[in-house]
Amino acid sequence: MNNTSPTPPYEPPRDHYLISAGGHIRSWLLTTDHKRIALLYLISVTVFFFIGGVFATMIRIHLLTPGGVLVTPETYNKLFTMHGVAMIFFFLIPSIPAVLGNFLIPMMIGAKDLAFPKINLLSWYIYLIGGSFVLYSFSTGGLDTGWTFYTPLSSIYSNSAVTPAVLGIFINGFSSILTGLNFIVTIHTMRAPGMTWFRLPLFVWSHYATSLIMILGTPVVAITLLLAGLERMFHLGFFNPAMGGDPILFQHLFWFYSHPAVYIMVLPAMGVVSEIIPTFARKPIFGYTFIAASSIAIAVIGFLVWAHHMFVTGESTYAALAFSFLSYLVAIPSAIKVFNWTATLYKGSISWDAPMLYALGFIGLFTIGGITGLFLACLGLDIHIHDTYFVIAHFHYIMVGGAVMGYVGGLHYWWPKITGRLYSEALSTFAAIVLFLGFNLTFFPQFILGYLGMPRRYSSYPPEFQVLNVLSTAGASILALGYLLPMAYLSWSMRYGKVAGPNPWPATGLEWKTDSPPPTENFHVTPVVDWEPYDYRNRPDLGLAAGAPLAPAHGDD
Amino acid sequence: MQSPLPIYPEQASNFAPHVDALLLFITGICLLFGAIITTAIVYCFFKYHRKEAGAIGIVTYEDSRLEVAWIVVPLILAMVMFAWGATIYVDYRNAPRDTLDIYVVGKQWMWKAQQPNGLKEINELHVPVGRDVRLILASEDVIHDFFVPAFRVKMDVVPGHYNTMWFRPTKPGRYHFFCSQYCGTNHAVMGGWVTVMEPTDYAAWLSGVSSGEANPVAVGEKLFAEKFCVTCHLSNGTGRAPSLNGLYGAQVLLADGSTVTADDAYIRESILQPNAKIVARYQPLMPNYQGQLTEEQIFALTAYIKSLESQPVPVTGSGIAPVSEKK
Amino acid sequence: MHRTGELYGQFQTLEQQKESATLGMWIFLVTEVLFFGGMFLTYTINRHYFFTAFGIGSNTLDITLGTVNTIVLIMSSFTMAMGVWSAQTGKKKLVPLFLILTLSLGCVFLGIKFVEYKQKFEHHLIPGHNFDITYRSSHPAPVDDPEEMALEKQEVDRALASDPDANSHAQLYFSLYFAMTGLHALHMIVGAGLIIWLIKGALGGRFTPHYNTPVEIVGLYWHFVDIVWIYLFPLLYLIDRHR
Repeated sequence: MNNTSPTPPYEPPRDHYLISAGGHIRSWLLTTDHKRIALLYLISVTVFFFIGGVFATMIRIHLLTPGGVLVTPETYNKLFTMHGVAMIFFFLIPSIPAVLGNFLIPMMIGAKDLAFPKINLLSWYIYLIGGSFVLYSFSTGGLDTGWTFYTPLSSIYSNSAVTPAVLGIFINGFSSILTGLNFIVTIHTMRAPGMTWFRLPLFVWSHYATSLIMILGTPVVAITLLLAGLERMFHLGFFNPAMGGDPILFQHLFWFYSHPAVYIMVLPAMGVVSEIIPTFARKPIFGYTFIAASSIAIAVIGFLVWAHHMFVTGESTYAALAFSFLSYLVAIPSAIKVFNWTATLYKGSISWDAPMLYALGFIGLFTIGGITGLFLACLGLDIHIHDTYFVIAHFHYIMVGGAVMGYVGGLHYWWPKITGRLYSEALSTFAAIVLFLGFNLTFFPQFILGYLGMPRRYSSYPPEFQVLNVLSTAGASILALGYLLPMAYLSWSMRYGKVAGPNPWPATGLEWKTDSPPPTENFHVTPVVDWEPYDYRNRPDLGLAAGAPLAPAHGDD
Repeated sequence: MQSPLPIYPEQASNFAPHVDALLLFITGICLLFGAIITTAIVYCFFKYHRKEAGAIGIVTYEDSRLEVAWIVVPLILAMVMFAWGATIYVDYRNAPRDTLDIYVVGKQWMWKAQQPNGLKEINELHVPVGRDVRLILASEDVIHDFFVPAFRVKMDVVPGHYNTMWFRPTKPGRYHFFCSQYCGTNHAVMGGWVTVMEPTDYAAWLSGVSSGEANPVAVGEKLFAEKFCVTCHLSNGTGRAPSLNGLYGAQVLLADGSTVTADDAYIRESILQPNAKIVARYQPLMPNYQGQLTEEQIFALTAYIKSLESQPVPVTGSGIAPVSEKK
Repeated sequence: MHRTGELYGQFQTLEQQKESATLGMWIFLVTEVLFFGGMFLTYTINRHYFFTAFGIGSNTLDITLGTVNTIVLIMSSFTMAMGVWSAQTGKKKLVPLFLILTLSLGCVFLGIKFVEYKQKFEHHLIPGHNFDITYRSSHPAPVDDPEEMALEKQEVDRALASDPDANSHAQLYFSLYFAMTGLHALHMIVGAGLIIWLIKGALGGRFTPHYNTPVEIVGLYWHFVDIVWIYLFPLLYLIDRHR
């Protein structure tokens, strides 16, 4: 982070987005500035992360003993359900797009704001309203159907507060849809002069792909949950076999969104990694076109694999074969990204800063998560490991080891831009390592638990599974530290951190060409782009070693 | 073969060794690729650690051949994984012909199993080693799942559907079974034990149990008369409804010209929704029994109809498709 | 973001603003297709399984009212298009006129829907609320044609004979009927609100050949709502009609 430019010490900007519109609460709650809205989201998703985290803590403590040490089975069933609902719908899906995407996309393309700033604010309010319904459900009887709401358990048999929860998630869906719509239009119509599609940062490509999924998939889960809610409220029969309905229809409709939803959660994190690696290797990303194309491929193929969640429902063998085959296909674009990121490191100038550690942690953990998807896509294996702890380990590797690490890494990377401050190198390095180790200790034993046969959503288990459960809980306590530490030192840095300067790393994106924190209109003068992305060689303004040697073409590398 | 390290369950069915072998194969490939990536990353991380503050990286030219290589090679390996897994699955979804059929009903929060001779069990399942066993699964309320880790098999139990699963136990012993589809409050304790016995022990166990457990075929025969099925379904084929001799497992010719196999699902549908499929040359006269029979009574009737498999089929008055029209 | 005239501050040019608004509306309409799509899929699957009961349900709908509604909506799409054309060709006085016509036709549609819903209530055809497919034909009102009712009773009885759960399955039909037409009506009400907002602007002379984006994108929305009805009408009203 040492800038060797011989310029005089940096004067932080007097006026920027955090102060220009005023500090009054009204100027925040009625803002249409995408940067302020991003911070509003930052606070709200952190609240839900906390809530989901408390439930997770209780789950892991409860599972220390085979009989369960903390709560009754009824309460346990509510804990894992509410953990899933809070984390998936109110933390993971909005996190990177609504916080980092909102903040950065206009800046990365050289625009003043998103295409529809008021709709952006509306998205946040819709999120809050949906979240309130769900919190109401949590506090008046809780929710015990599993985040998947399978019928007829959720529509008829459950005695928990299903209806407000389902309505809350339905409402929240529109927040997602409007954000996706905003991003797509913005990326199409508001790029600065010279910013062609193939000069876009890969962060923008991955958010474009994510937005495609958001707009196409979310309406389907919205109508599905609405129908399930109506069924519960008015005793209708869409999914009730006693009235001619079909519980399997619910599963098809539900998973049609919920599988692509996992790509909503991971594609933005991949976008973050694609930004961090070139910056901290100080060279262009290897295979830009392939990484961009793979984001789109993941979005498209991701819509074709949903029934791999239903291999043991008695679905037709032909359908199962098709979905298994397609599920293997969807793994390939992700593998392409991992190979390209790794190749970027070769002959780079690698810094060991915290964002890089998070990015490399992402690659490691996401690779394990993705690889274990190959086990689950395998029909013969899935018969055994479906609905066991193997699945839980798999998706936590991707969503926590992947998406959350990407989110935290992204926060660390763009924190100087967002706040104008730097944070402690030592603490952030320590926290990244703690997170990585704690995470593995928590979730790796669960692969073994799953293959041994421990089913998921179990409030008690046979004694032979105890050792692995205890290991997992021990890991969780370390993992928790890995999250609490950044919350502490990042907050501290907002007031006491060193002043960052416009481009501390330095990095090549447009967002780094303006002040930290940026002015409300992002750029004092609209930029005109005539350089390729991640080009360190032709950027004397970055103050780095000019004229570094080029590797010979097609021979030596 | 029980592993000395507790990382996989005992192998107690015909599927278990195949599933474990497949696991090892995929694990091996993944470890290989994982090792390559990890080594590459760790190597670069240390070898190219920035020495001078202002240094930049050396641009390495993109190579499409490399990109294609690392698309094609993983794709081929993925197809091998897919194909191997698919063969196990197709085998699993197509039970062999001559199975020992056990009816299993899941409900919140217990399992009821009924052996071929009518013997009932709760949260227990006794099966003979070396015999192909088929479970016919039904639910009385929500979705459950019958999972036996030592056999490496599971199947969902869905209300309104019949599902079947099969396996051949290969090792006597007692093995856990679990419910593995979340079904409410006591999902975690909705399990029990599968006991695999030597065939002679199994036979002894079957017959040695107390009276009061009526043979389902006899129960079914009694129901067949009590519910007046017998008044139309005369066995000699002269009644208003087709004879049921030889029906089970045969192809039936329907009024619309299509044929269907008379399996358990067909028989159940014919009892509960008789007008869904009308046999050729017969009228839709059968009353439906929706709401009048429990799942266990339907099992009993099915067992009785199955027992008529070997009875002589009348030349006229049967629903069975003539040979030339069989699929 | 400041606004100078009709140009919002985040945009560089009016052209960019119009492109964004139009693309935004098209994308929104795509999401609506998927939103309704889930119900269309559910309808299709259930109609395949329960054709007889769905036929009975469909036959209780008033085909005259449905046809009138279809014509009304198509006409309203025409008047809406005329409103857009008037704005684009600078015929300022005509813009509010066509918008008011569109709004009126929309209200006619909603009024007829209200009448239809009321009828369903009287005939015990509201799902979850004493639903009884046999009610009307066994309790004909004085205004009902006795021959019609006898025919309907015959068909209902035949349906129950072949499908003892026909009442449940017909209730499924009506659940989908209310969900789909209800959601559609909700969209029309939103559309009416948007048109009222447009009328206000049009009366103030806001829409010119230079700037008429709001009219155009509300027009897109209105046409979409029309198209949804054009799918709903045959699917719900016209199945199994051979009398």
